[in-house]
Amino acid sequence: MNEFPKGRSLWEDGLYRLKKDKFAVFCFYIVVFYALIAVLAKIGLIASSWNQTIGEAYLPPSIMSFKFWLGTDIFGRSVFYKVIQGTRVAMSVGLVSALISIPIGVCLGAVAGYFGGWVDEIVVWFYTTVSSIPNIMLLIAITFVLGKGLASIYIALGVTSWIGLARVIRGEFIKHKSREYVLAAESLGASHFSKIFKHILPNVFHFVIINLSIQFMSAIKAEVILSFLGLGVQGQPSWGVMIDDAKLELARGVWWQLAGATAAMFFVVLALNIFGDSLRDALDPKIK
Amino acid sequence: MWTYLVRKMISTIPIILGVALIIFVLFNMIGGDPTYQMLGKHANPKLIAELRHEYGFDKPKYLQFVNYLKQIVTFDYGRSYATKQKISSMIFNGVEPTLSVAVPAFIITTLMAITMGLIVAYFRGTWIDRIVVIFCVIGMSVPSLAYILFGQYFLAYKVGLFPISGYESVLPNRIEFVLMPILIWFSVSLGYDVRFFRTAILEETNQDYVRTARAKGLSETKVLFKHILKNSMVPIVTNVVIEIPLLILGSFLLESFFGIPGLGSITIDAVHNSDFPVIKAMATIVSILYIFGNVATDIIYVFMDPRVSLK
Repeated sequence: MNEFPKGRSLWEDGLYRLKKDKFAVFCFYIVVFYALIAVLAKIGLIASSWNQTIGEAYLPPSIMSFKFWLGTDIFGRSVFYKVIQGTRVAMSVGLVSALISIPIGVCLGAVAGYFGGWVDEIVVWFYTTVSSIPNIMLLIAITFVLGKGLASIYIALGVTSWIGLARVIRGEFIKHKSREYVLAAESLGASHFSKIFKHILPNVFHFVIINLSIQFMSAIKAEVILSFLGLGVQGQPSWGVMIDDAKLELARGVWWQLAGATAAMFFVVLALNIFGDSLRDALDPKIK
Repeated sequence: MWTYLVRKMISTIPIILGVALIIFVLFNMIGGDPTYQMLGKHANPKLIAELRHEYGFDKPKYLQFVNYLKQIVTFDYGRSYATKQKISSMIFNGVEPTLSVAVPAFIITTLMAITMGLIVAYFRGTWIDRIVVIFCVIGMSVPSLAYILFGQYFLAYKVGLFPISGYESVLPNRIEFVLMPILIWFSVSLGYDVRFFRTAILEETNQDYVRTARAKGLSETKVLFKHILKNSMVPIVTNVVIEIPLLILGSFLLESFFGIPGLGSITIDAVHNSDFPVIKAMATIVSILYIFGNVATDIIYVFMDPRVSLK
């Protein structure tokens, strides 16, 4: 009995297609590698001595030991260790800002799409308004008002980057709310809350995942620019601060701080770019 | 058509009010009292009270908001804390330098990107397509600061192809100063644009009318340049028009690196000097321009796409 061929769910199907794309899987491992380094740096297992002078100022890169791999900075500190600490900052900015913006985007989008009417109008007005302020101006304004530091960057990126997600989720909720499975749930007495979060949300959640990789990437890029403008990280190394330092060092022929930070950022952004594309292709059934 | 236009203009009012409210809440409520920052260690209660009065911080919040709305309408944003100049004239003076980089860079990049998007769409699925897409993604992943530093250090300082930084208000001499920023702008945005235009064009290739055109025996070139290009112009133009008001922002980083006294430099200087009113004015003006850019896109839509109704 019941000898149906076993079908794949959206997630299994997506995972299956993603796994076929070997390059995307490789890019995913690169991101995992960065995350691992960030965690190790956070708990102090690696590069915890970035603040110590290990040699003369501006020693060029050498292969004699890991510490000197990317040379030293103006205070004789290891640039390689600073790049690792910068990874920690970049990853935490991506993660925390996503943790702030995803709940905002999902809730507003869901509520607007589900209830429609004046609720929808208010939410749409709200995100049109926020998105009318150019992102960079809003970021500058928020970090400027909240004061310098990592916390302001988290908040600024978190409260500015939910709009795209809210738009998509709203559109999906409008499509889904009159589907049969939702009507069935309603006839069984499901509450609004249960319909939104238990029934519809799991069916549109893949858009959150797709959004996550894009958001992670733009957060990393924005952190660099904000730190570079002096509005970001203070008192600890970040890629943006390192690139900012390099502005003055280049004229003296010191290129390794720039090269280290740029390369570190390049590979993770590239990996996120490629992985994000494959993720979209794999999870968005429309583009088959 | 006119009623549509008027309706569109009226629909911007709640959004402009919303933008004003957000900026006001940010700067005048969350941001607290900027007088302490301005006076620094010279602060004493008497000076603070005077300054608060001068800038109107002692008034109730709703009056401050009304005052700010008045500033928006009259385009009089008061004076900068740092330079004591009138903000409106600072901004007027910044527009020309910004645009002399942004406009040529934008035009060159857009034309080049559309051309490449078409070429790539023509060769879709072949190795040419793959290579261009790979280069686009690589180009997108290089931080824009790296382009700037590389250009300034290597091309300007080492090789001496361009001046390292500076600006000249006399036109023929200005060209040599804006060339390098234009080139960098081009390199930074080409990857994004080509990829976007390629997607926009390729999305059209799966439409029914394309199959019909092929079925009636049109050559691939004719299908691409006559049928597909015309239809993909809708998303392309939308994307282009919506970016035009943002040109006024120029590139913050480019301007400050190459010493171009445009709006980007003004904003970055304001950030460094904690110059509240200038940042507030810039945020307001650019947002309003952006809102009108959106309206312009909607109107162009009506002309370009007969499926869009005026209702």
